[in-house]
Parts: sequence; structure tokens; C-alpha cells
Amino acid sequence: MPIAAGLTDRAVEIAPGVHWVGALDPHLRSFDIILKTANGTSYNSYVVRGSNGVAVIDTVKENFADDFFRRLESVAQYEEITTIVLNHLEPDHSGALPELLKRAPQARVYLSSRAQMMLKALLKPSGEKPPEYIPVTTDDEVDLGGRTLRFLHTPYLHWPDTQCTYLVEDGLLFTGDVFGCHFCDARLFNDTVGDFRFSFEYYYAHIMRPFREYVLDAIALIEPLVINLIAPAHGPILRHQPRDYVHRYRELATPRLFNEAKSEKTLVVFYISAYGNTRRMAEALAAGAESIGGVRVSLYDLEGGEGGIFTDLVEEADGLAFGSPTINADAVKPIWDLLSSLTTVNVKGKLGAAFGSYGWSGEAVRLIEDRLRGLKLRVPVEGLRIKLVPDASELEACRSLGEQLARHLTGRLEHREIDLAALA
Amino acid sequence: MPKAKVTFQDIGVSVTVPAGTRLIEVSEKVGAGITYGCREGECCTCLTKVISGGENLAAPSVLEDQVLKDNMAPRGHRLACQAQIIGGEIVVKPA
Ligand SMILES: Cc1cc2nc3c(=O)[nH]c(=O)nc-3n(C[C@H](O)[C@H](O)[C@H](O)COP(=O)(O)O)c2cc1C
Ligand code: FES
Ligand SMILES: [Fe+2]
Ligand SMILES: [Fe+2]
Repeated sequence: MPIAAGLTDRAVEIAPGVHWVGALDPHLRSFDIILKTANGTSYNSYVVRGSNGVAVIDTVKENFADDFFRRLESVAQYEEITTIVLNHLEPDHSGALPELLKRAPQARVYLSSRAQMMLKALLKPSGEKPPEYIPVTTDDEVDLGGRTLRFLHTPYLHWPDTQCTYLVEDGLLFTGDVFGCHFCDARLFNDTVGDFRFSFEYYYAHIMRPFREYVLDAIALIEPLVINLIAPAHGPILRHQPRDYVHRYRELATPRLFNEAKSEKTLVVFYISAYGNTRRMAEALAAGAESIGGVRVSLYDLEGGEGGIFTDLVEEADGLAFGSPTINADAVKPIWDLLSSLTTVNVKGKLGAAFGSYGWSGEAVRLIEDRLRGLKLRVPVEGLRIKLVPDASELEACRSLGEQLARHLTGRLEHREIDLAALA
Repeated sequence: MPKAKVTFQDIGVSVTVPAGTRLIEVSEKVGAGITYGCREGECCTCLTKVISGGENLAAPSVLEDQVLKDNMAPRGHRLACQAQIIGGEIVVKPA
């Protein structure tokens, strides 16, 4: 069936007095550069009518503004709009905002405190002066007359500005990108579009996963609510068993690692080695780290894995060590592939280290360290480079690096006093 | 030049620095766990807990104050990319 069959220019009622006024974008194949979609996406926006006010929740991408305004006009007049809620300012949801503000200049704009600076930056080219806006946070409310919008401060899902909006009397939750996915189907609802789990999971993995601590904070705010329907800003509207999606987010965001005594730390050592020199270094480093106790060390050869299979390991690890030989003045591609795939998990503040065997110039270790710092790992112990074949005393240095890393992880460090001048 | 001493509790390192140094300059050199994004006092990535000696850091700018507030930083927290050491002893750790 054609994607837009059954969908007219009119708004679609999702609850009494609450309408979907979004737009479908079935031909989109890539989103935000980092995401793919096989059937496009939707930009969901919603209208809520109370006895003395009408609220518009989010808008659509700019070039879909016509669809949005047509649907909006089928259920509300611009003069009636008292309230505009911005759950997320990314252009796919704020694109039609400048025009909406022109048509409904009396409306008051509600957004999170972190959204204020962004709103100004986004409206720059329109030359319009930013509208009157009200920064809100958890438990702030707007009364629409017999209907109350209540805000939930849920930052970093997936921008600093994101928030959710709860329609109290109806148990409807407008979540922005949270619980959304790039999936386009005119049937609109989760119980009518067919199986879209792949898309839901994919969206979480690429957009929400880097922020899993924030996901858990948000879920803690959402779980106590009575929820009859979740209205995300992309993809199917979740009216059938909406709670399942909340549970799934909790499940996905919860750390997996079995850690009976919370004191045990995890160090994962990744290496790759053409002639076994970097491998021997890795093994000595791992043995040294093990010897300290309180650290669970695992060793993986990158040659034995591909395509992001190590992402889970990285996400759960407390410390990460990377071993690469220097080949043509660089670390080797499997290392860079792994390091470039880490934007989907939060690695900030993890302990990082690098090591490797080299022939004459040995650039790999420094380059890896720079990348680790760039990824916001802490790199307190200088990496180790060994010329060609490590001998017994050099392997001892590798052990000692392992021991130092383990001490960092377990907090068993001897206090050091240094002068900044000595470090320059 | 007047000196100050800043201790990074997470890595157990104390560093003697000239007055006027920013925390970021020291913490990066010693590999403390404080991490950085914008390095310009906007993103709050470098949020740092000041355990003692807060009075030995120059008072926060208007921008820093605003960013701390927007991010709901608890009292006694500073942005390491902004906070300037003026003397005495200071103990910090990543927030
Ligand atoms: C998925 C996603 C993640 C983003 N992450 C960041 C970020 O971590 N830091 C940042 O400063 N901006 C971030 N941005 C904002 C973009 O850099 C910003 O929207 C920029 O204007 C896009 O430029 P472009 O029009 O050239 O694509 C992100 C945007 C998207 C879509
Ligand atoms: S690094 Fe962004 S505020 Fe300090
Ligand atoms: Fe978004
Ligand atoms: Fe979006």
C-alpha cells in the first residue's frame, strides 16, 4: 500500500481534543549524516485543545511546513494558539517555528533553560527577534483550561535542551526524540504499522545510547506517571502498551556487567600485532594489571573481530588499553575503526592507555593517546613504545605499566608531588 | 612569582604552579580525570568539584556562573577551563 494512503491533509485525532499535525517524509534515506532509514521518517507534532487555550507541541522540518500548517489549520485557528512547547530545538522539530511565530505571535513559547541560547542561535538568520519565551523545568505547569501540561526536565536526550511534556489529565506523554525512530508509515500507530522494532532499537543505539546515564534519569521521572499514550517526535505513536517502550529503554540503558563486589574494576586490553611483538607487550601488561588485584583484565586481538562487536565491552569497561604497531607512521586501521566507532557510547572519564612495538619512528602510541584524550578519556600514564622485539626488561616495563593502570583504576596510588615547570 | 599548590584527588597528584594558572593547564599535563569539550566555558564538560581551597580560585565570571546554574551544578563546583588559581592550596576532583 502506498505510504501515504489513508492519510489526508487533515489532522489525526490521537485522543479526544489532541491531534497529530505532523508530516511524513517517506523518501528520506539518511538523517543527521549518522543514521540510515529504509522508509523515511515522520516529524510528529501535536495540538492539544483546552477550554481556554490551544497548545502546539513541536513543529516539523522547514520544508515540510506546508503539510504541518494545513493539518494545524484543520483543527485550530492561529488566534486560538496560546502556547507553543518546544521539547527539542533540532531543526527537524523547530524548522517551522519562525513561520508559526509569525502566524501566532500571541503564543507564549515554553522551553527548557538550556534551550534559550539555542533558540537565539537558531533564529539568527530569520532576523526576527526571539519571541517571548518561558524557561521551564520539572513540575512546571501550563493550564490550558481543564487540561494541564506538565514539564519534565530530561536533558541530553540527545541535545542539552531536550525535555518531555505530560498532559496530566489524559496520561499522554510528548517525548520529543525519546522513544522515537526514523520510520515512516501513514498508519501512524504502533499497533497498525507492523513490526518496527529494528528501527526503534537502531535509533536508540545511535542517538540515545551515548547518553545512557541521562536516559536512566529520564526514565526515573517517567516511570511513576500514568501513561496511556506516548507521542514521540518521530515514528509510530505508541498507544498499545506504551509502557513496554519505557521498560525497553530502561533495559537498554542499564549497565550489564555482573559486578558482585562493586569494587572490582574492568580493564580491557585491545591489541593487534603483525609479528607478535605488540601481542607480547599486551600479555605482559595484562599480567601486570592482574597482579594488583581488584581488576578484572581481558585481552582481545582486534584481528579476531569486526564491525562494532567490541562496543559493549568498551561501554562497560572502566579502563581501556590499546596496542598497535606503527605501520607507515601511523597506528593500524582496526584501531582507528574501533576508536571512531565509540561515539555511540559514553567513554568520558574512562582510563585510557596506549602501547606498541615499532621499528624506527613509532608514531602509533602518541597518535592513539591524542585520540583517547580527544574522546575525553583520561590518560594519566604515559604510553609505552618498544623498539622491535621486547626483551625481558622491556616486558617488565609493560608489566609495570599494567600495574600502574590497575592502581589508577582501584585508587591505590601513591601520592606524588610535582612542579608544573618540570612537566613542560 | 607567587606559587600555589593544586591537588588532583582522583590521581593523587599535587602540583606546584605559578599563580594565574588555569586548572585546565595543570590537569591536562598531569592526566587528571577532568575532561574537556569546548574549552571556552560553555559546555560544562569540565565540571570540577572543589574539595577545599575554593577561595584560592578567582571568582567565576558571569558566563561561568550562568553555565553552572544552567547545568544545576551543586555548590562548590567550578569549570576547570575557566577557574584561575590565585594562590594557596586547592584540592579538586572531577565532578
Ligand atoms: C545527532 C547530533 C549530535 C550532535 N552532537 C553535537 C555535539 O556533541 N556537540 C555540538 O557542539 N554540537 C552537536 N550537534 C549540533 C550540530 O553540530 C549543529 O546542529 C550544526 O549546526 C550542524 O551543522 P551542519 O548544518 O553543517 O550539519 C549535534 C547534532 C546532531 C544532529
Ligand atoms: S570545557 Fe566546556 S565548559 Fe569547560
Ligand atoms: Fe534530535
Ligand atoms: Fe528529531
